[in-house]
Amino acid sequence: MSSSVTNSIETKMLHIGYQQKKSVSTIQKNISIQLHKGDFVGILGKNGIGKSTLLRTLSGVQDAISGEVFIEGENIQSYSLKELSSLISLVLTERLPESQLSVYELVALGRQPYTNWIGKLEKKDTEKINWALEQTETMSLANRHFNELSDGQLQRVLIARALAQDTQIILLDEPTAHLDMHHTIKIFKLLKKLSKETNKTIIITTHEVNLAINSADQFILLTDKEVIAGNKKTLIESNSFDHLFSSEIINFNTNLEQFIVTKES
Amino acid sequence: MIQKSYTKQFITLSFVLVMLLLLSISSGSVAIPIDEIIAILLGNNSSKSSWYTIILHFRLPKAITAMLVGSGLSIAGLLMQTLFKNPLAGPFVLGISSGASLGVAILILGAGIFGGVLTVISFSSWGLAIASSLGAAIVLLAVLITAHKVRNTMSILIIGLMFGTVTSAIISVFTFFSDAEKIQQFIFWGFGSLGNLSWNEILVFFIIYLISILTLLNVIKPLNTFLLGENYAKSLGINIKKNRNIILIITSLLTGVTTAFAGPIAFIGLAVPHITKLVFKTSDHKILLPAVAILGAIILLICDVVAQLPTSEFTLPINAVTSLIGAPIVIWLLVRKKKIYI
Repeated sequence: MSSSVTNSIETKMLHIGYQQKKSVSTIQKNISIQLHKGDFVGILGKNGIGKSTLLRTLSGVQDAISGEVFIEGENIQSYSLKELSSLISLVLTERLPESQLSVYELVALGRQPYTNWIGKLEKKDTEKINWALEQTETMSLANRHFNELSDGQLQRVLIARALAQDTQIILLDEPTAHLDMHHTIKIFKLLKKLSKETNKTIIITTHEVNLAINSADQFILLTDKEVIAGNKKTLIESNSFDHLFSSEIINFNTNLEQFIVTKES
Repeated sequence: MIQKSYTKQFITLSFVLVMLLLLSISSGSVAIPIDEIIAILLGNNSSKSSWYTIILHFRLPKAITAMLVGSGLSIAGLLMQTLFKNPLAGPFVLGISSGASLGVAILILGAGIFGGVLTVISFSSWGLAIASSLGAAIVLLAVLITAHKVRNTMSILIIGLMFGTVTSAIISVFTFFSDAEKIQQFIFWGFGSLGNLSWNEILVFFIIYLISILTLLNVIKPLNTFLLGENYAKSLGINIKKNRNIILIITSLLTGVTTAFAGPIAFIGLAVPHITKLVFKTSDHKILLPAVAILGAIILLICDVVAQLPTSEFTLPINAVTSLIGAPIVIWLLVRKKKIYI
């Protein structure tokens, strides 16, 4: 029991997928992983392999087909939505509806689980919000409307909102999806830094495999056959990265620790 | 830092509201001096007893009705826009007003066709309010169930319009089988009217309005999280289903009760929230809800004053006036601002 308490997130024989009335479509089976506080975790895999589904299942937004998810040692089912909201925060890829929220108001919404019935911000709330804005270097944007921001700025603001929610775990679905190389690296560095400085468990899904391999502490590889978790060293030793993509197109180079495009012969 | 204050705007709006209330009460076919009006409102006797009757039994109830209708429909519109995450949503567009009309049609016209119990109910103001709210709720529920299946907001709006068409068609069928007197009664109701409400009916109206407002105070936080979409709302600990149901019930109540007492009034529910968002430049429901309520009351009072056709003894149907005044304002605002938000 004591070992499971130190795990931020743990899954046992987790099956993920979609359930609609009687039809069940399972995307991935037998996922058993353990993630710790302060881990920066990359979920890697090709399109449609179930990265986002796994992320949603870990967050409790989507139900598992079978198996169990443990958050801070307790089964996720045993938490109320309200309790979960102070344990896990999200950064999603979906576009926000077009409202007139300012950056500050958007980040402040992260404080909702802690504010009173009408959402009044107390001193502790404003301190957290300001801290989140500083960490993500978005303080100068605070008075702008979020829909005027560039993709890179908006992504940092959304991360600030998750930080303001003050949770042990932050889940991010493709946080660098629309960003150029400069902003992508900036986001990776920010997340890495946050995981170390705040001891939060930060989990992202990403297609930036080469960047992720060089900055994440732990990986969850979703392949056609199975789900493999581990750190870079063990995954390279077990040749697990080779199964991520079809080798006809992309190969993993163990010396460079990078994926490279397979040359046409 | 950066907690914007809106005190100035609210004071200005409240002042405008009081001024318009007095203007509305002072306008009509009989000219009554303003000091007499204030004296009567303050409970003093007037030099003419007919003035007393005109003010207390005709103009004041009408002005109060205007305020309740204006703010009720505007709040319903705001709720719909946030819930459906669509700036086009509103009681009329989603067919909810048509549903309320159907409820009233069944009561007024159905009484002629089916007789019996309906005849008794149709004379009670509670009966009218309940029938109309039920009609609104049924259409809203139907829209919502389909909305859950399609998710695409454009489809939802089209489905809402379709439900509106179906209810209108059912009303036509009812009309076809009704006698002329009942049809006339229903058509006049359809023009919309802020007058003719007794103090008793206003009390019913006010109680339902008050219950709605008090309930809404509890969903201000969920409404704000809906601005981020359902997944974020859920991850912030919001029970989506429960809060959505509360919002839907309130919307049906407000739309139902206003439609029952004042007829199907177009435009207000869609336009006032947008005018408010353009003026206040915020999406925070803590600010928007009271602002929309006050602005809705103000705009309907203006429409009421215009409908009196000052210096004439005719009164235009309020439904026509709201659209004639309101539509150009909204078009002008949109052309100027170019962008519209939920």
